[in-house]
Amino acid sequence: MGSWYWWMILGMAVVTYIPRAIPLTFLEGRELPEPVQNVLRNIPYAVLGALIFPAIFFIQENIWFGVIGALAAFGIAFTGANVMIVVLGSIAVLAVFSVFI
Amino acid sequence: MGGREFSAGIKAGTSIAIGYFPIALTFGLLAKTTGLSLWEATAMSIFVFAGAAQYISLTLITAGVAPAVIVLNTFIVNIRHFLMTASLNEKMQPDDRWKKALYAFGITDESFSVLATQKGNKLSTAFAAGVIVIAYGSWIIFTAVGHLIGANLPQFLQASMSIALYAMFVGLLVPSMRGNRKVVSLAVIAGLVNSFFYFTEWLSTGWAIMVSTLASAIFIEWISRKGVKA
Repeated sequence: MGSWYWWMILGMAVVTYIPRAIPLTFLEGRELPEPVQNVLRNIPYAVLGALIFPAIFFIQENIWFGVIGALAAFGIAFTGANVMIVVLGSIAVLAVFSVFI
Repeated sequence: MGGREFSAGIKAGTSIAIGYFPIALTFGLLAKTTGLSLWEATAMSIFVFAGAAQYISLTLITAGVAPAVIVLNTFIVNIRHFLMTASLNEKMQPDDRWKKALYAFGITDESFSVLATQKGNKLSTAFAAGVIVIAYGSWIIFTAVGHLIGANLPQFLQASMSIALYAMFVGLLVPSMRGNRKVVSLAVIAGLVNSFFYFTEWLSTGWAIMVSTLASAIFIEWISRKGVKA
């Protein structure tokens, strides 16, 4: 790759950093209106919903990986297991599944 | 005090490190086949630290797309972090702006999810630093390893590990869902709206996540206000 590559990385780094940094620095010490605060407090759970669905079903070409993986993850999570167990357990279930296909 | 918080952050971030492992490894491998040197591939992970945008950039480089367009595309894919850091700011302890500017660099979908779902009111800067250090470390190291080895994991492991980050999201969401209809509604509505954009292909992934998140968060706030008034 030529020097253009390094300029491109610099550009990518700057445009990725800006949306990450502006709210955290600019909003420091500022009190937002209550409805805005409430919406911002709702965001984590909404983000998780959007990050999980529908992408969890399409982790592999074979849709069964996604379906079984999703069932395993929700199943293990509903037993009250911690995050690490949910992650490792889901991987283990899919590893077993992939042996059988 | 700060040291204990930092260790707790490292522990909380370990599931991210596991989830990044197969993705970073594949990124390193793909970067090599795209023609990037070890240093060029690793530098992208060091300076950009954004999974989806990095993958797309490889496809665009191969297609011979102009670097400025790749930069613009990166911005569009990553603008959703604006929403996440605005939300996270409500949860973080007040601190010097330069410290917040520093850890802002490490906010990804995954580190945001781990931080934002922690119990307790105010998160310390040291805890955030712990989560980010282990996630960032995994991302960089396994990018380099993928490039160096130049081969992927065995197929069955690659396939089964691709669930890791999604399983982590599920593991973070479910405990908050129990007995909390508001959390369930927020996640389900955002998931449905996002699925709608996915299948209609009306919005690209980055925008779709941002729009469906905002729509759900605003809708639920609006509903609960009406409920209080009525």
